[in-house]
Amino acid sequence: MSAREPDLLEPRALSAAYRPTALIPTDTVASRALVVVIAIMTFLACLTAGAAILIGEASQSWRGDVAESVTIQIRPRLDEDAEALLAKVAEAARTSPGVAEARPLSLADTQALLEPWLGRGLDISKLPLPRLVVVRMRAGHGADLGPLRTAVAVASSEANLDDHSAWLDRLTAMANVIVSFAGAVFLLVIVAMSTAVGFATRGAVANGREIVEVLHFVGASDGFVARQFQNHFLGLGLRGSLAGGGAAALCFLAASVLSAWWRNSAGGAELAALFGAFSLNVLGYFALVAICIGVTLLTAYLSRWIVLRHLRNVQ
Amino acid sequence: MIRFENVGLRYGAGPEVLGGLNFSIPPQSFQFLTGPSGAGKTTLLRLMLLSLRPTRGAIRIFGEDALGLSKDELTKVRRRIGVVFQDFRLLEHLSTYENVALPLRVTGKSESAYRAEVTELLDWVGLGERIHAPPAVLSGGEKQRAAIARALIARPELLLADEPTGNVDPTMARRLLRLFVELHKSGTAVVIATHDIALMDQVGHARRLYVGDGRLEVLEPEDL
Repeated sequence: MSAREPDLLEPRALSAAYRPTALIPTDTVASRALVVVIAIMTFLACLTAGAAILIGEASQSWRGDVAESVTIQIRPRLDEDAEALLAKVAEAARTSPGVAEARPLSLADTQALLEPWLGRGLDISKLPLPRLVVVRMRAGHGADLGPLRTAVAVASSEANLDDHSAWLDRLTAMANVIVSFAGAVFLLVIVAMSTAVGFATRGAVANGREIVEVLHFVGASDGFVARQFQNHFLGLGLRGSLAGGGAAALCFLAASVLSAWWRNSAGGAELAALFGAFSLNVLGYFALVAICIGVTLLTAYLSRWIVLRHLRNVQ
Repeated sequence: MIRFENVGLRYGAGPEVLGGLNFSIPPQSFQFLTGPSGAGKTTLLRLMLLSLRPTRGAIRIFGEDALGLSKDELTKVRRRIGVVFQDFRLLEHLSTYENVALPLRVTGKSESAYRAEVTELLDWVGLGERIHAPPAVLSGGEKQRAAIARALIARPELLLADEPTGNVDPTMARRLLRLFVELHKSGTAVVIATHDIALMDQVGHARRLYVGDGRLEVLEPEDL
């Protein structure tokens, strides 16, 4: 027995919980199709926005790490004592303002760095290799390398400072391109969704022409009629965006769990270093909620605007 | 209340379907609109309801130039008019109760404010047991009574009814006519389009507006 039949059997009963039926029929094939379209579009928009946020955060993290780290490269002359020169430059760096740590790389450390290219067991002490001092700046001092540069120059004419700016610039440019691309995809998704909502609204107005006419004849204003469509599409937008946004949030949660599990594997650590932990922070999830709210409001606003424009031409 | 001055109507470049209409509907008057099928009775009712624009002439309604009304003003005018369509125009997805309550609902009133009023009127037109039924399960006569109740619920100053007794038995027709007469006595001007001479004869004081050959002739009660 359907939910409506008991009412027919008890015709005099208008219960206290009775709520008037929506003036625009809600449970139609077109409505259900629009909910699916909005859900898919919201899902894509949330994935794109979330991916852009992850890449932006990873790039920020690389830049932060690199900006606070500089390398001093020393090319000792053959007649010079490389270890003494290394110690002297490291000491000069250590006493320079803003430096948190200056660590000279021993010959063994240097050999370990070159091992992937030169293999094991090679005696590199006879090779004219540059020696390195890894300097970590205190937080906030990464930008001002002037005093350190001077101190290093005074300590040795063979030493020079590499602040990784060339690599940092390329990294920043790449991250910006990716984030801009994600922004463009996001906009395209929103435009596609707006177009779908526009078509659906026009379809609903065309199908509901009889309803609109009757509403006008019984004294409904254009604003009242538009509000009925707006409320109808607000409901559809809410259902679609919650489904799409919820699915996207679940995807990010799953990616976060999987990446945490995978990070312990051999390749996982490198991927995590490059792309971060695949884990959206609280602000990221807020962004997804904001997209869902935005999609819902956009759907409602668009439908109201289209209906009002249509009614302007109807007597 | 309504005044037509030299009003004519043509569709596109075709001949005038109605022309030279000069008449008025005084406040608190009762008139039948009659004439052969296809003479233009429904068209004339649509002109009065302002759902059609005349191609010539002037219409004044409630003291306003009907052709110069803004959309908001048109809405206010329509709230003062009750209309019964020949094809009922009930909304299929709403219950009988909700269809009848529609003119009050569109004014923004809360449902609790008009519930008693609507159920009382539904009782009066004999639909008290059918308040939850959608129009699809109503008989033709029940639909007609629901359409009439919807037109009356907001106590309009002018009632336009297109063949309001066409689908009901003579007893119900007399009952509905009595409802229109009561409404008229309470101050509403009534215009009923009908072919039913017996029905017209039951209201001796009613004027008759006869439409034929695209023209309109007003017959006062004393001329009949």
